[in-house]
Amino acid sequence: MSLSARKQTLALRARILKTMRAFFDARDYTEVETPVRVATPALEDHIDAEPSGDHWLRTSPELHMKRMVCAGFERIYQIGPCFRRGEAGARHRPEYTMLEWYRTGADCRDLERETHALLRAVCEAVGRSEFMGVDLSAEPVRHTVRDAFWLWAGWDPVEAFDEDRFDLDLTEKVEPMLAQCPVPVILTDFPAERAALARMSADTPPVAQRWELYLAGMELANAYTELTEAAEQRRRFEICGQGRALRGQEVYPIDEPFLTALEKGMPPCAGIALGVDRLMMVLAETDDIRNVRAF
Amino acid sequence: MYTTSDLRKGLKIEIDGDPYVITDFQFVKPGKGQALYRCKLKNIITGSTMDRTYRSADKLGKPDLMQREMVYSYPEGDHFVFMDDSTYEQVTVDKDVIGDMKYFLVEDMPVKVLFFNDLAIDIEMPNFVEKEIIETEPGARGDTATNVTKPAKVDNGYEISVPLFIKEGDWVRIDTRTGEYADRISKK
Repeated sequence: MSLSARKQTLALRARILKTMRAFFDARDYTEVETPVRVATPALEDHIDAEPSGDHWLRTSPELHMKRMVCAGFERIYQIGPCFRRGEAGARHRPEYTMLEWYRTGADCRDLERETHALLRAVCEAVGRSEFMGVDLSAEPVRHTVRDAFWLWAGWDPVEAFDEDRFDLDLTEKVEPMLAQCPVPVILTDFPAERAALARMSADTPPVAQRWELYLAGMELANAYTELTEAAEQRRRFEICGQGRALRGQEVYPIDEPFLTALEKGMPPCAGIALGVDRLMMVLAETDDIRNVRAF
Repeated sequence: MYTTSDLRKGLKIEIDGDPYVITDFQFVKPGKGQALYRCKLKNIITGSTMDRTYRSADKLGKPDLMQREMVYSYPEGDHFVFMDDSTYEQVTVDKDVIGDMKYFLVEDMPVKVLFFNDLAIDIEMPNFVEKEIIETEPGARGDTATNVTKPAKVDNGYEISVPLFIKEGDWVRIDTRTGEYADRISKK
C-alpha cells in the first residue's frame, strides 16, 4: 500500500472514530475506559487471552463495563484495544480495536435500531453510503439463525445443535449467502449453545436474544439482551470452563467481582461490541485488516 | 502428522493417500465459534484442486516426500530418464508428470525431481531454457515493436508467440514456468 493511500485510509479511520464519539455523545452516552490488563479474562468457549505478567490482556471490555452498569451507569461506550491470542488472518489481528456500548432499559431490538442509526451517521460523515456492494444506510434485513440454516444449510441448529457442523456451515454455506445481500444483515436468535452472555427468549425451544451484524458477508458486531441473573451466569461460566478443560484450553478463573455485581442487581440492559477495524475494512473496501491499521 | 498451527501456503500434506500442496490458506472464525482454517489444495500428482476446512483440533497427514537433484538423460517410450550425477542411479519419470515441460528438456539439464513414496511425481526445471527458432514468417522491415507477436516454432516443434523482429535461426529464452517467450539472446 502506498504512503498516500495509507494516509488516506488512516485519515478516514480518524474521522470515523470522531463520528462514533459524536454519535454517542449526542445520545447521552458517557465514554469510559476500563482496565486493559485484567485479573481474569471473560470465559468464552473459543477465545484465548494473552497473558500479561500475573494478569491477562482483556479479550473484551465486557465484564468491567457491565460492572459499571450494575453500579448505576445507564449509557456507556468505549473505544479501545482488545487482544485475542492466536487470531491472525485477513480479518483478524491479535490486537484490534473494539467499540462497545451498553444501554439500560433496552433490549437487543433497540440496539438494531441504534446500530442502523450509527451506520447512517458513518455514511453521512463519509458522504457516501455504498461500500463493497452494500448500502450501509439501508434498513438491515433480518434472518433468524434457524431460517438461515434451514434455507442454506438444510438443518435446524436450534432443535439439535452440532458445534462442528454449525461452525462449518455458518462459514461455508450461510455467510457466503449473506455476502450477496446488498443491505446490512442482522443474523439473530442464536441456539442456546451459542448464547454466550445473552438472555434466553421465552420461546420453545428458547433462543438467545443475540444478533450479529453482517456487512458484505463479514461479521462486524455482536449484540445481546444481557443476561442479568447471577446464578445462570455462574452456571454458564462453569459449563464453559468444563468445555475448555475438555478441549485442553486454559481454564481462566471465574470473574467473581463481576458475579458479585450481578448478584447485587443489574438493570435490564443491552450491550453490543462492534469491530472498528472490520467497519474500516468495509469503508476502505479492502479484504485485508492490516490495510486499515497503522501497525 | 501436522497440526493446524503448521498450516501455511506451500505446505505439502497427504489426504487419502495423495499428496497435496496448500495454494491458499485463510484463518476464519465465526462469531463465538471455533477457529477454522479454510484451505485451497492442489493434488500434486493430478493437479486437481479442492477446498477443505480444518478445525484447530484436526491433524493433517505428512506425506513422505523427497526432492533429489538429478540431470535429464533421454526419452524412452512413455517415460523420460533422469540420472543422479553422483551415484549414476537412473530413474524414469512418466510422461504425464512431465507434460508440456518435455519441450524444454535438454540433455544434461539439471532438474529437481520430487518423489512421493519413492514415485517421481513432479520435476522442477530451470526457470529459463534456450531454444533455436527454426520456423517463423519474416517480420515487416524495421518493425521493432515488442507488443505485436507472430507464431514461431522451435527445434522440437514447440510453438510460441514471438515479437515480429525474431528471425529463423535466432536463439530465444523461454520461461519454463509460463511456456512463453522471454527474450532474444545472441548465441555462438
